[in-house]
Amino acid sequence: MGLMHLDVPEASGGYSHYGVLARFRTAKALYRACEAVRDAGYSKWDALTPFPVHGLEKAMGLKPSRLPFLVLATGLTGAGLGFGLQSWVHIMAYPLVISGKPLFTWPAFVPVTFELGVLGAALGAVLGMFALNKLPTYHHPLFRSENFARVTDDGLFIAIESWDPKYDDQATADFLSGLGAVEVERVPIEDPRDDEGAA
Amino acid sequence: MAQSQDNTHEPAAGRAPLIVGGYDFRSLTEAVAVPVERKTPIGWWCFFLPSVALLGLFGVSIGWLFWEGTGIWGLNNPVSWGFAIVNFVFWVGIGHAGTLISAILFLFRQKWRTSINRAAEAMTIFAVMCAMVFPGIHVGRVWVAYWMFPLPNQMDMWPNFRSPLIWDVFAVSIYGTVSLMFWYVGLIPDLATIRDRAKTRIRKLAYGAFALGWRGSHRNWLHYERAYLMLAGLATPLVLSVHSVVSMDFATAQLPGWHTTIFPPYFVAGAIFSGFAMVMTLMLICRVLFRMENIITMRHLENMAKIMLLTGCMVGYAYAIEMFIAWYSGNPYEQFAFANRALGPYAWAYWIMVSCNVITPQLFWFKKMRNHIGWLFISSILINIGMWFERFVIVASSLHRDFLPASWDYYQATFWDFASLIGSFGLFFTMFCLFARFLPMVATAEVKTVLPEADPHQGEELVRVVPAGSDPDALAQAAPAGGGGA
Repeated sequence: MGLMHLDVPEASGGYSHYGVLARFRTAKALYRACEAVRDAGYSKWDALTPFPVHGLEKAMGLKPSRLPFLVLATGLTGAGLGFGLQSWVHIMAYPLVISGKPLFTWPAFVPVTFELGVLGAALGAVLGMFALNKLPTYHHPLFRSENFARVTDDGLFIAIESWDPKYDDQATADFLSGLGAVEVERVPIEDPRDDEGAA
Repeated sequence: MAQSQDNTHEPAAGRAPLIVGGYDFRSLTEAVAVPVERKTPIGWWCFFLPSVALLGLFGVSIGWLFWEGTGIWGLNNPVSWGFAIVNFVFWVGIGHAGTLISAILFLFRQKWRTSINRAAEAMTIFAVMCAMVFPGIHVGRVWVAYWMFPLPNQMDMWPNFRSPLIWDVFAVSIYGTVSLMFWYVGLIPDLATIRDRAKTRIRKLAYGAFALGWRGSHRNWLHYERAYLMLAGLATPLVLSVHSVVSMDFATAQLPGWHTTIFPPYFVAGAIFSGFAMVMTLMLICRVLFRMENIITMRHLENMAKIMLLTGCMVGYAYAIEMFIAWYSGNPYEQFAFANRALGPYAWAYWIMVSCNVITPQLFWFKKMRNHIGWLFISSILINIGMWFERFVIVASSLHRDFLPASWDYYQATFWDFASLIGSFGLFFTMFCLFARFLPMVATAEVKTVLPEADPHQGEELVRVVPAGSDPDALAQAAPAGGGGA
């Protein structure tokens, strides 16, 4: 199992472990800790929560999602294909004059154009979100932490990855404890049972 | 604590909190996940088995229809559209409340929706499934039902895109698809919850596969929430377009009683009205069966009753304005169609419709009645009956008096008409029972965001701006060698 999906930079000696995982008790503590991690200059890190903590992207210094542009593009594509299909059918493929009306009756094409535009945009939103989030990602080193199962229950976590340039094994763990983490642990990168495949 | 604090950010003091019972994150997860994980309760079988039996009836009635043809229904020459279309419009309408709750109330930041949106969206999908059966089976020659879709074929034949019937094919199937995607996206974090709590390998694999490896990363939540917002924004005009298009199946015909411009908004209001009644019926049963009275609270039920009152009045207004316009038009055919509707052979159906849809919700003007569980249940059933009759009245009473009196006839439903109507409820309730048994009924991740402790600025005054990293005890000894320089 490779680590390609984790965007791990090449390192000569490989990495001994994935990084440090710290659990915080409240959303407020997590928010403050994220601000501190951001200000400390870390870049390869993440906050992991059971629900979206509102405004956390500001505390983490993340840019807004690029998804809307993709949705606009797929929506317009859907609408364009829909309008094109109907025009082609009625002008070229199967021209039928009904009640002496013109073949290019564009107002009658509006509902289907609209529906297909919505379909295109919705597919863009869902599949684009999957692509940007790299879903599905069934294997992730964080799942090796037993504690981490709480992330879908009540656990509010920060994970700093070991390939972050600022990362230091001991100092980073101490830093997170100092921010009020209730548990700090090192997460292995590979399951000890898999021998091949480490970066 | 949750029960003592108004967590709605609404200025009106004294409003009930969204969730009562003092839940924290963990107990909320527990409350929603346990019904999925525990042994199947007897009560569930009591609902599931009769539903499956009705589903069987649905199968038999469809099989007999395919074998024998549409002659088994009570259709006759002027009334060539019967129960199949009535049921179709009824079920599509039921679905609309789910989208209203999940999308429109989301856009309006109505946070109370979080407790009921999952079940309402599920209801939408199952209702659309029921609806889609009917246009498929009513065509008579089902083996050519694929002609409804623009598929290249050896006859070089294409559908007529100028017909509202083909708009309907696109509107309803895309509505079903988008609703399914919206629902699934909402489910992903909760499926991950069930995955992480799973004890057996089969559960881990089954829920894990659909959870897509979700791990709650905020980098993911960022795109996720944006996708959810955009799906809500897309579903809102979509849902309004769907029932508008459905109404155009009628409104573009020249038949008196159908040929009215009020149909699109009137159908949309009626759809939301009936859908909320169905959500009410289902929620009243589920909250008792799954002990979720503290998550689906009286406040939710009262809000739904208010929406039913509003949409019920809109529907009543539409009935009145139809009558007025028929008189005001001076068109004798219009006038006859509407006088005949209220006083003719189908007057019984018309007055069932009016009493269920217009009179029943008026009791919701009184707070006492909005909080009366028994009345909420009875009225939700009555409204659904009334809304089914609304479609029946539109279809049957408009058709049965043709322009030529020699063609007049009366549509009498047969056993098989009723079998397919009742059977479609079997499909709906079977799906809903399976949903309630195997999937989290409440959008847990979303409900957690309305708990006070989910607010990262809890306890801070709203105007105070906290500069980054200013927490003294957090940063006191926090600056290690590599990570200090802010």
